[in-house]
This record gives sequence, structure tokens and C-alpha cells, in this order.
Amino acid sequence: MTDLAIDLRGVVKRYGELTAVAGLDLEVPEGTCVGLLGPNGAGKSTTMKMLTAQAIADEGEITVLGHVLPGDSKAARAQCGVVPQLDNLDTTLTVEQNLRVFAHLYRIERSRRRAAIERALGLANLADRRDTRADKLSGGMRRRLLIARALVHQPRLVLLDEPTVGLDPQVRQELWALIDALRSEGVSILMSTHYIEEAERLADTVTIMAEGRAVASGPPSALVAEHVGRDAVEVYGPPARLAEVEREAQDGGFRTRRTGTSVAVLGVEGSNGAHSPPDADGHAGHLALVRRSLADGHRRETNLEDVFVLLTGEEAT
Amino acid sequence: MSGRSPRRGGSIGRLERPALAGVLTREVINFSSFWRATTFSSTVEPTIYLLAFGFGFGSLVSEVSGYDYVEFVGTGTVATAVLFSSVFPAMFGTFIKYQFQRTYDAILAAPVDTEELVTAEALWIATRAGTFGCTPLLVAMVFGLDPRAGMLLVPLIGFLAGFGWACFGILVAAVLKSIDNFNYVTSTVITPLFLVAGTFFPISNLPEWARVLAQFNPLHHCVELVRHAAFGFEPGTDVLRVLALLGFGLVMWRLAIWRMTKKLVD
Repeated sequence: MTDLAIDLRGVVKRYGELTAVAGLDLEVPEGTCVGLLGPNGAGKSTTMKMLTAQAIADEGEITVLGHVLPGDSKAARAQCGVVPQLDNLDTTLTVEQNLRVFAHLYRIERSRRRAAIERALGLANLADRRDTRADKLSGGMRRRLLIARALVHQPRLVLLDEPTVGLDPQVRQELWALIDALRSEGVSILMSTHYIEEAERLADTVTIMAEGRAVASGPPSALVAEHVGRDAVEVYGPPARLAEVEREAQDGGFRTRRTGTSVAVLGVEGSNGAHSPPDADGHAGHLALVRRSLADGHRRETNLEDVFVLLTGEEAT
Repeated sequence: MSGRSPRRGGSIGRLERPALAGVLTREVINFSSFWRATTFSSTVEPTIYLLAFGFGFGSLVSEVSGYDYVEFVGTGTVATAVLFSSVFPAMFGTFIKYQFQRTYDAILAAPVDTEELVTAEALWIATRAGTFGCTPLLVAMVFGLDPRAGMLLVPLIGFLAGFGWACFGILVAAVLKSIDNFNYVTSTVITPLFLVAGTFFPISNLPEWARVLAQFNPLHHCVELVRHAAFGFEPGTDVLRVLALLGFGLVMWRLAIWRMTKKLVD
């Protein structure tokens, strides 16, 4: 039996006519990293806000570190660290002052405060920038400071809301290393993101959200195997040809994913390139057509992006 | 198989000292980066009022309500300093912190609730108002106001009035959707209250309706308490004035918490 750091059951959140979260079930086992993957507007940020009681669910149950929200939210927040999507550092304060403020807000005892700040500075590799004002830091450093601020009290659970959004690839890699180190220390992590690679690299399990619901959940490799098989064939051509391939593949029982310049036919693995769609029986005619189309295509391994696009209907970032 | 994690640590209560101390610490550390500008505006502005009215009208009017006019204005301007250094930082500071800097999102993600956040912010602004309010009194002393033991209570009077005004400012920031709309509040609420408070002229010469309205003006009670601290208390009425300021602070405090909670928690 595994303890749950986060447990959401049938959570609904409405803003007037708009239902931002529509019956979400979500579990984050302690010591694991769960990626909340979804397009913009899927309800990820609203879910994050509900976990700190900055949004109150209209229906359902939310339990964080054993505390039932919203009533017991403050006790849960004392053991959580939150990295927001939008930078909300005190820009006129130095790196160290920003951490000191949160060492107080998170109630770290006076005798442990100094060491906690030094540890957070070290984790975020900002020790040599301790006296730099936050508004003088680069975008990557500011984001590292936000993470350090969330870790200053050594939380049991860290909520990362789009932790690398808007950052260049090199800085993103640095932050991934930092998050990975955190995960290896056994800290429970819930990370919302719309970057597929981020979820694939860091998350033990991924929950894909669309229109406020969890549409799939599991380890990335299992999601890929379950929804899109092992191999895909990417067929390029003019729009009319792509539409034809798409129709033939779907008639043959294959799932497809359309991009601007190609159609990916998913789950085409089988012997000798002879494709074995799930409902191949009785579709011999279609199969022949599909085989002909796929012969022109480029074979590749399927990935989480295929699952994301297939289940959400959105193009991946 | 998965199951629920056992609860670790008990519930945390309301208005906790560590939460208030955390928010206050943030304010103190931030204040260290801009105290010069704030102190300058909060002290120089009422001092200019004091000098302008004191020497301007003072050359025409030597005595008002039995007081030397410079002393009358000097004590009255304390309330102006308290008002300016509480209501405006509360209105603008609160709006900027939640709307533009998103500071309150960060604080509320820590173990702090809106009630504690509003209370600590108001306590800090009131402390500053109580301190800055003393400046005109010190300037008036330079121009002949005699020091009295009762004046030691002026920071407390400023704190009490400043707490109510700070909560009023936070309430305004929570209710209004745009910082431009603050002009409506300044023109229709703050300026009239500022003028009908007995700061620069006694309200006894105003029409009866204005004198009645002045009794509902917290600034008027602040002016009178400061004046009595400088020239001698009137225990009977001063207790009522303190109660009026306490009531004002209490009502504004709860209203500010209510509206900020609506603003910050979806």
C-alpha cells in the first residue's frame, strides 16, 4: 500500500458558465513525480491553485499530505513548496533576502534559518549571487530562485506549475537537472506542463488532461504502448494525398495523427512491415491500400507526443 | 494498491503569530530597500502643509479655538500625516502587490491565510503611520509648541487611526478593478473627510450638518485626540473618540478581510 501525497476525487471547479475542472481524479503517490500534461486551458493551473486552496473546488474531495482541503489547507501548505508559473519574486530584494522572507513565512526556526537559506542557495546554484537583486538576475536564475524559494523549508511535496515555460533550451536542461535531483531525494512532485519532453524526462507517471478531465494516466512508456503502439509511419505529401492516407488508415483500423505537413499512422508494428491493425480481420481490402501508403512513409518509434495529440486533439509544444 | 497518507501534524489555527510575523518580516525587509523615499514623502508633505497653513493663515489668524494657530495646525497636521501614510500606501501598495507583482499569490501558497495577510499588512502600515504622524508635531515644537507628557500617546493614537485607514485602503484596493478608479475614492471620500476634520480650521464654525457629519469622520476624532494629547485630555469625550476609532478599525478590518478573500481566493 502506497501513501498518497495528493489525492483528488471527482473534483469540479466552475467559473460562472465555464467549467475549468470537470470531475478530475488524480493521485500522486509519495516519493514520485507526476506530470500533469495538457494543452492551454485544460485546467492544469486551476488544479494547482486548488491544491493550495487559492481556488476552492465546487465538488469533489482534495487531500494533500493527509490534510483535507480547503479546511486543513494551511497545515498542508506548511509542508508544500510551490513554484508558480508567473514570477512573483520581490524584485527589489536580493536573492538571499528573498529566501530569508520565505524562511520566515515557512516558519523555519531561527536556529535553522541560516543553514536552510545556504542549502537552498546551494541547490539552486545561486550562492555566488546571494547579494544580487532579483531584478538583476537572468530569466533562468530567477526561475532557479523561485525553485530555491519553494525548497527552503525542505517540503515533502513540491508543486511545479509550468516550471520551464518561456525559457531557452539550455536553461530548461539546467532546471530539469535540478528537478531530477529533487525527485531522487524522494520529494513528491506534481508538475504541470505542456512540454511533452519535460513530462517524458521527469515524470514517473503522466496524467493527460483535456477540457478539465484526466483522459489518460500512467507511466509514459505504458501510455505510449496502450494508445499508439510501438511504431508509427510518417507519410508526407500534398494535403489531398495526406487526407487520402488518413482515410485509408482509419478505414483499416489504424489511429492517425495529423500535422501540418504529414500524417502519422500509429501502431503499425508487425512482421515484415505487414501491418497488423487492431481490427485487421475483415479489412483485407483496406489493408492493402494502407500497406501501399505506408510503403512511401518514414518509420519511427511512437512517443508521448503522439499520445498527447491523439487524446487531446491539440498539437504538442 | 494505493491508500491515503496518514495525517502528519495537526490543524493550524487562525491569526497565528508566526504567520503575522512572516508577513511583517517581508514588509520590514522590503522597507529597508525603499525607506528613504517613503519616509521623505510621508514626512515632508505634511510638514509643507504645516508651514504653508501655519505661516500663511497664521499671519492672518493668530488664535483659533483658544490655541495659537501654528499649534492648532501643528497638532491637526498629525492626523493628515497619519491619513496620508496609511490610506494611500494601503490602496496603491495592496493593488500593486496582488495585481501586478502577484506577491499575495506567493504568500498565500505558504501557511498564511488572507485574514493573517490583511491583518499583518494593516499592522505594518499602522505602525508606519503612527511613527510618521509624529513628524509634524516635532516640526511644530521647533516653531514653539511646548512638549507635554500626553504627546507620548500620539504614536498610539496615530497607530489606532492608521490601522482603520489602512484597512479602509486595503478594502478599496480589493473592491476596485482598476487603479485609475482610486481617483473616485480620493475625490469623494478622502478629500471631504480630510477637510471636515478640524485640521486647518475648527469645525465649530461649520454648518450644523457638517458638524454632525464630522462626528462620523474618524479623522476628526484622531485630530481631537492628538490636540488633547498636546493641550490636555478631556477624559469623557476622549474615551468615546478612542472607541469610535476602535470601531472604525474593527469594521474596516473585517470588511477588508472579506473583500480580499473574495479577490484572492477563487
